[in-house]
Amino acid sequence: MNFPILSVITFLPFVAGVLILLMPANRKNEIRAVALAAAVMDLLLTGWVYAQYLVNDLQGYQFIEKYTWLSIPPINIDLHFGVDGMSAPLVLLTGVVMFTGVLISWGNDDPHVMAGIQDRPREFFAFLFLLAGGVLGVFVSLDLFMLFFFYEIAVFPMYLLIAIWGWVKTREYAAMKLTLYLFVGSVVALVGVLAMYWTQYQNTGILSFNMLEMENAGFSTAFQNLWFLPVFLGFAVLGGIWPFHNWSPDGHVAAPTAVSMFHAGVLMKLGAFAALRVGVMLLPEGAHTWSWLIMTFAGVAVVYGAFIAFVQTDMKYMIGFSSVSHMGLVVLGISTLNETGILGAGVQMVSHGIMTALFFAVTGMIYDRAHTRMIPELGGIAKVMPFATIGFIIGGLVSMGMPGFSGFVAEFPIFMGVWREQWLVAVIASISIVITAAYIMMNIRKVFFSPMPEKLEGHISDVTVLDKVAITTLSLLMIVIGMFPAVIVPMVETGVKYIMNLLGGA
Amino acid sequence: MFTSMTFASILPEILILTIGLLVLIFEPFWKEDQKRNAGWLTAGGLLIAMLLSMLFGRPGEPTEVLGGMIRFDWFGFFLKMLFMFAAAATALLLMDHEQVGKRGEAYVMLLAALIGMNLMASSADLVMLYLSIETASIPMYILAGFLVGDERSTEAGFKYFLYGTLASTVMLYGFSLVFGFSGSTNLYEIASALTAGSISPLLAFGVVSLIVVGLGFKVSIVPFHFWAPDVYQGAPTPVAGYLSTASKAAGFAVILRLFFIAFPEFTSTWTMILAVLAAISMTVGNLLALPQTNIKRLLAYSSISHAGYALIGAVAFSQFGAASVVFYMAAYIATNLLAFGLVMAFSRITGLEEVTDYAGLSRRNPLMGLMMLAAFLSLAGMPPFGGFVAKVFVFAAGVQANYTWLVIVGIINSIIGVYYYLNVLKYVYLYRLPGEDEENHPIPLTQSYTIALVVLVIGVILLGTVFGPFFNWSDAGALNLF
Repeated sequence: MNFPILSVITFLPFVAGVLILLMPANRKNEIRAVALAAAVMDLLLTGWVYAQYLVNDLQGYQFIEKYTWLSIPPINIDLHFGVDGMSAPLVLLTGVVMFTGVLISWGNDDPHVMAGIQDRPREFFAFLFLLAGGVLGVFVSLDLFMLFFFYEIAVFPMYLLIAIWGWVKTREYAAMKLTLYLFVGSVVALVGVLAMYWTQYQNTGILSFNMLEMENAGFSTAFQNLWFLPVFLGFAVLGGIWPFHNWSPDGHVAAPTAVSMFHAGVLMKLGAFAALRVGVMLLPEGAHTWSWLIMTFAGVAVVYGAFIAFVQTDMKYMIGFSSVSHMGLVVLGISTLNETGILGAGVQMVSHGIMTALFFAVTGMIYDRAHTRMIPELGGIAKVMPFATIGFIIGGLVSMGMPGFSGFVAEFPIFMGVWREQWLVAVIASISIVITAAYIMMNIRKVFFSPMPEKLEGHISDVTVLDKVAITTLSLLMIVIGMFPAVIVPMVETGVKYIMNLLGGA
Repeated sequence: MFTSMTFASILPEILILTIGLLVLIFEPFWKEDQKRNAGWLTAGGLLIAMLLSMLFGRPGEPTEVLGGMIRFDWFGFFLKMLFMFAAAATALLLMDHEQVGKRGEAYVMLLAALIGMNLMASSADLVMLYLSIETASIPMYILAGFLVGDERSTEAGFKYFLYGTLASTVMLYGFSLVFGFSGSTNLYEIASALTAGSISPLLAFGVVSLIVVGLGFKVSIVPFHFWAPDVYQGAPTPVAGYLSTASKAAGFAVILRLFFIAFPEFTSTWTMILAVLAAISMTVGNLLALPQTNIKRLLAYSSISHAGYALIGAVAFSQFGAASVVFYMAAYIATNLLAFGLVMAFSRITGLEEVTDYAGLSRRNPLMGLMMLAAFLSLAGMPPFGGFVAKVFVFAAGVQANYTWLVIVGIINSIIGVYYYLNVLKYVYLYRLPGEDEENHPIPLTQSYTIALVVLVIGVILLGTVFGPFFNWSDAGALNLF
């Protein structure tokens, strides 16, 4: 038996969360240290999995672990973990966001800079780790019940994290809205999942939530056409798919920095990933039938999100809507159902995850110091926070899809894939690139390089060392992916091939 | 006639009776400040009784004992253990209740009701069934009205009594009709006597409806729920917790055994009735929970809706369905007792019961905050707590039995549920006391509360994570119904 690395990766955050809860509340620094240690450990482990996959040029599902959890007919549930080329990068992404999220939330005792989490860090880190554990669990689960289990675990800490530590003005509303949207989505998907379970039994006599077996369950075309939309859209709600995206920008705005990073960085990927894995991979014929609808939704999201982001004056709303637009690209890539498009979607999930995490981190740093996020009220940040400025610019370049950065590596195949299916959609969607460039550049000019308003003069200090570490980590990753696409593209390709087999067999 | 098997089959009840007698014997000799020890005696005694029953009272092949009155099987056994666990936790929660904790009679009533519930789970005969239901009910009437000086409690006791007697009379009428048509009171003989052609569907509908009135009252489903909010609000809080969990689970035990065993030929009739009632219960319970401001009333309406969810498993009429109901009851007992225990622990110090009074609780006592989180998220059906797994299982049973419409009703309702459960957590975690000086208003937990609540939290988490063994037992029990 090999070292059960995926279980360790998944359960480490849970264990760390419980440990943190058991610590005395006033030992804030020790609590933060434990959180950081756990995050670093998980980052190293996820990095190791990624490196193994990359270096050994692996294919298909790897690091498989399978333990029987419940085997009482008619219910069979396994703790069944494994990663493929699609999920390995997302696992690493979660590790990275966890690590940087803890750094950003460190908090300090300077009364002028309300950076990080000062109030009850014990509960904050515990809930954050519950969230991280849930996210990791979804990415590695090969058992549909467990996937669903972790999916729900990832939903509810968001409520507390936003409601307790969020922005006072909107947090109650936003947290409740987010939770209800996600819960509705997930329970709708649940009915589909249960229907799949029993239909598989009727077709093959197998009682199992094992997704690898469910791929061969022989669901009839009528069944697939009926259940594809509930399952796909149910999960895609978390991916911020238009017209169910409304919760997402509100949630971003209300959430504390680290939670915004998690939310945009990995949680929205969770939705797209689960929609792909459960919706497209298990119901491929349904996917073929409905791809036009998904493509329409995604196309609208891409363009509409970009336009709405353009008119925002609150930086977090701007990034929130740009996330809707960029996640629209992910879903657009998936909806092509061709190799290029899905490849782009896979890379875009990672690229966008890192990019938005960075955006929200920098925005959070600015807000902590300037106490405003309104673009017209800001200015001259570049002079006092040069490091953060560079980070934001790199993120901006990724967002615009500049060659040499990860955004290009991701968006180019998506547009290629879409062009092959429906050139008109590609043309319309490409408008978003122009709009994105416009709002990102206007934002950079106003916030970072225009003269600083008088009332901010002297109030803004530079970012801390921990912040710099976080910014550097995220920026470097985007440049590395942009310069050396070989670190990710071949890996995602192996995952895409597997999906194409399923789709081709339809 | 009286073999060791007979003895084993009623071993738990014998032990419970012994505990009750011990309490009665010792209590008068204790000084005033020692009288709460009756709680330790009850809880500890019940634990020992559970251990002894598991060692010496385990059922083998299902057998009928005591002249066919009692069915000795895993179904009854597992449920009995659940009820005894619930009673032990309730006894611990009663101990520090100001007016009730030092009164030995309260514990004796609790144990008497427990005997009734245990027999409800194992009765195989209509006569025995009726007697056990009454045995379980009458002490609960008294317990609900235990706070003599308190108007609400008196009202609760009286209301519960009036509704209860009316419902059981109607049920008894149903039982007598069943006897008239089948010529037997034994459930298994009724099943063979009442074949499909023997009575008209309309008559079957009438008989089943009469029985459903009585059982629906016990499990508090709409439209037999009117007593629940007033009684839960007025009764001493631990008693309300016990009523909403063990008493309800005992009702479900009877529903499963009676309908599955005695009326398999009329499945379409009773599943239709139960399905409609399940849908109505879930919807009405959840919608009426929304505007509640008193936390006990909120929990009362939530318990009405939970009875609706659990009924989905019964409607499915399959072994898996029955197992999912039993599992649901296990998860629900742990969760709701935890919730009521927390309400009790809170109001004991503050004397307050409004949802808004919970503002700042997570700062006044962080441990209680986390426990509230576990209890309410489990009620809402979120992992990693028992409520999630239980809900998925009953929904799965519903989908398997092609009751997809009912499952969809259930799912819409659980969304409503999430809203008001999270609303409570909002007060616990988000809002603060007016002066923001929570550290000056701590809410200490006494030893007995700490033990009871921690055990319940662990139970809720175990049922939501390592659910294998629990579901295995539920399934072994459900097997006995077929």
